[in-house]
Order: sequence, then structure tokens, then C-alpha cells
Amino acid sequence: MARKDGRKADEMREVKMEVGVLRNADGSARVQIGKTIAVASVFGPRELHPKHLQDNEKAVLNCIYMMAPFSTTERVRPGPSRRSHEISLVTKSALEKVVNLKDHPKAVIDVYILIEQANAGTRTAGINAASLALADAGIQMSDLVTSIASGKVDGEYVIDLSGDEEKITGCDLPVAYLPRSKEITLLQMDGDLSKADVKGVLKMCIRGCEKLHKIQVDALKKKWEAETSK
Amino acid sequence: MAGINIQKKYISALAKDGKRIDGRKPDEFREISIETGVIPNAEGSARVRIGETEVLMGVKIDIGTPFPDTPDEGVLMSGAELHPMASRRFETGPPDAESIELARVVDRGIREAHAIDTKKLCITPGEKIWMVMIDAHVMNHQGNLIDACGLAAMAALSTARMPKLDEEGKIVIGEKSDEPLPITTKVFPVTVARINGRLMLDPTLEEEDTMDVRLTISTKDDGNITAMQKGLTGALTMKEIEEAIDMSIKKGKELRKLL
Repeated sequence: MARKDGRKADEMREVKMEVGVLRNADGSARVQIGKTIAVASVFGPRELHPKHLQDNEKAVLNCIYMMAPFSTTERVRPGPSRRSHEISLVTKSALEKVVNLKDHPKAVIDVYILIEQANAGTRTAGINAASLALADAGIQMSDLVTSIASGKVDGEYVIDLSGDEEKITGCDLPVAYLPRSKEITLLQMDGDLSKADVKGVLKMCIRGCEKLHKIQVDALKKKWEAETSK
Repeated sequence: MAGINIQKKYISALAKDGKRIDGRKPDEFREISIETGVIPNAEGSARVRIGETEVLMGVKIDIGTPFPDTPDEGVLMSGAELHPMASRRFETGPPDAESIELARVVDRGIREAHAIDTKKLCITPGEKIWMVMIDAHVMNHQGNLIDACGLAAMAALSTARMPKLDEEGKIVIGEKSDEPLPITTKVFPVTVARINGRLMLDPTLEEEDTMDVRLTISTKDDGNITAMQKGLTGALTMKEIEEAIDMSIKKGKELRKLL
């Protein structure tokens, strides 16, 4: 089956990743997947204020997902929404396992994700960017976090739904995957799938994440090679 | 603090052998009680207890205007209130991430299953539709709020009655018709908690403090899955996900018999 935009079922939209895009941040990255663009910036570890929020045993990972008001066809009301609250929460859950928080008690690591333009798959693009930004900030990590969504359109499993596809299918399964430990740290789903379908779609996500991992590594190498040759 | 840590270690050690602090099996729920029609002013309502966890769910139905992109469909809205009356852990103020997630996960299962036929909730296309608002009030938090709220939502929705309309098409305040909501299937979220590597259902508050990851799976009557949500910072393997799905489908079948 050919998809509307000519892609194969297991073909992602064009992926671009760039590390070190914002000067003031300790780490930053921009990830573009098709028409979706996410920028992540990381600050820290730094002292957490107010102090009562501090954790004496480990750093706090603070994740904020936000959409620019101009990022979609209809203006998004600025400020947090119910949707953005939930995405911030699942993003934190997706990232926290790989970050070395133990060595920085009482500190905070702030991860800010801004969706500059939205065309489906914003949370997964944001997680890819956040993972790169954390690595760029020099924060110890046990793994990179890769993320992609898949779904079922016209009876076939397809990866990385575009905005148009998302409208017709109503079935979406975003996953975040740790390529080294082969574990899953983000798993959500909405739609109507049998158990076998869920398994098939999940496997497709994992294969996609493995491809994304290579692109992430290349993006990181590219930045640090440029940095060291200066 | 020390007491809590000792209890966590105990729960964790027990879990290794598939045992639990209250003697339940890994896939066993606490005692469930469901009362419906408990709030006469609400169009539908249910009080659900799972062990000591207690949730009050109310359905309000009102006339509203449709969203521009779905002019011929009714609207479903969900909320959840985690008030300090239910637990010392909750604080007053606007909904936090926990209560938003709770409401959205319950909502997603129902919405994606098209459990309410929203097309049948259209009165005049583009102008008037029925709005169905489901609100959960947690009365006592002793763990597993998602499953309790999901069960309560389904109990309240399936026993709700539409408001009565007068000749001009306005709602007669305080009166209900005999007509139920257009329910097409029942949906139940079942949450699987992982404690020390073992998957368990219906975690108590103490078990929730000990678990490192949870996965909520909503299933409908035909066994299909309509929503999933992983929570907390732990990571899951593919094998664990499959096992969790099996546990949820099986428990979903049992819960179906209660309504």
C-alpha cells in the first residue's frame, strides 16, 4: 500500500537532528520529523528553588512540554493545558530512568521542550530532542532515549503518522525505547486494536527507534567533532 | 520515614515470591462494591469501592453547542478531583498532573472505544448537542484510582438517564426522562503494577509506593484494546507488556460481569 505522501509502511518522514542549537542553554537540540519541529533545552544540574522541593537523595528532573501559539493551524492558547500537563508528565517518565540523578542531590535538571511547528508526533519528537539536549549538556546517561509513534491505517501498520494520517486513523501508539537495554519507557495508546495488532505496531515502533538512535548518535558526533576541531 | 521504608522492603521481598502484604494473589482485586443512582440530582452516578479506595462519580448532561469540526456530534468531558479530604497527600488548588492524567486516561478508553455513540447525541446539527460531563470525586485514596474511576465512570454512564425536554426543546430542571445514554460497549481500564519484577493487579497505596512502573490498559467487550498508558519512571520489556495485556483482558472480562 502506498501512503498518501508516497512513503512505505515502515518509512519515517524525513528526520533532521541538530545538537547545540541554543547558546544560553547547557544543552540543546532541534529535531525535525516531517513538518513537526521540536526544540529542547536543558539547564543544570543546578540548585533547586524553592528549597522544600529539593530531594536529598537525587536531582529532580523537571520536564516542561509546550506548544508555540503559532505551531498549529488554529492558534494554541499560550500557557499550560490539560494535554500539555499530561505530556510533560509522560516525557519525564520516559527520560528519568537513563539520567544519572543520584550524583546531584538537591539539584534540578530542567528540560524545556518547545514545539515550534506541529504536524503529528510532537511528544515523540520532543523526547528525541530532550534526550539529545541532555547528552549535549554533558549529563551522565545510561542510554539515549528514542521515540516514535506507529498506528494502523487502512488495515496496515504504519510508522510515524503524519497529520493527515492521524486524522483518518484515530489510532496512535507512541513509544519511547532504550536501544541498549531494549526496554520501553513511554507507552501510550488510543484507538481500537486487538492484542496481536498492539504487538505488531509496537514492534514497528521499536524498529523505527533503532533507526532514530543512529541519527541521534550522528548528530551528537557532528557537534562534538566540530567543537574539538576548533 | 524509616517505617515506610521498612514496609516498602517487606512488600518488595514478598512480591519476589508472588505474595502480597494482604494475602491476595498477584491478579486478585480487593473486594469491589458498586452502588449506582446515589446522587438523584445527577443524571447518572456511582459510588465505587475497591477495598478502602472510594470514588464518587457523577454524570451531568446538558445542552451545548458542538465543536466546529464535529457539528453533528455530542461532547464528552471528564474531570477528576483529588481533594485533601481523600488523603493527606493531596493539596487544594487547580488540578495537578496526577489528577489530569487520571481523568484523561479514563476518558481516553471510553472515547476511543466510541462507548458513547456521540452521533446520537446531536439535537440540531451545527447548533445543539448533548454534552456529557463525567466528574470523579475521590473520597478515600487507598490505591488504584484509575481502575476505580474507570469502573465508576462506566457504572454511572450505563445507568444515566437523559434530561427531560419541554415542548420548546429546553431542559425541564430537576426531571429526567426514561431514555438511557447511547452506550455501545463497556470499557474498563485495568492497571498492572510492577513490584520487584512481578506484575500485580489492583495495587494498594503502599504497593503503589513500592512499584516502579505501572501500565494501564483499557479493553472493551470484544477484548480489543482502546487505550494504554504507562506511568512512573521504570522501563518495561516487550514480554512484560504482553503479559500485562493478557492480565488486563482477563480481568476486564471479570469486571464486565459486575455491571
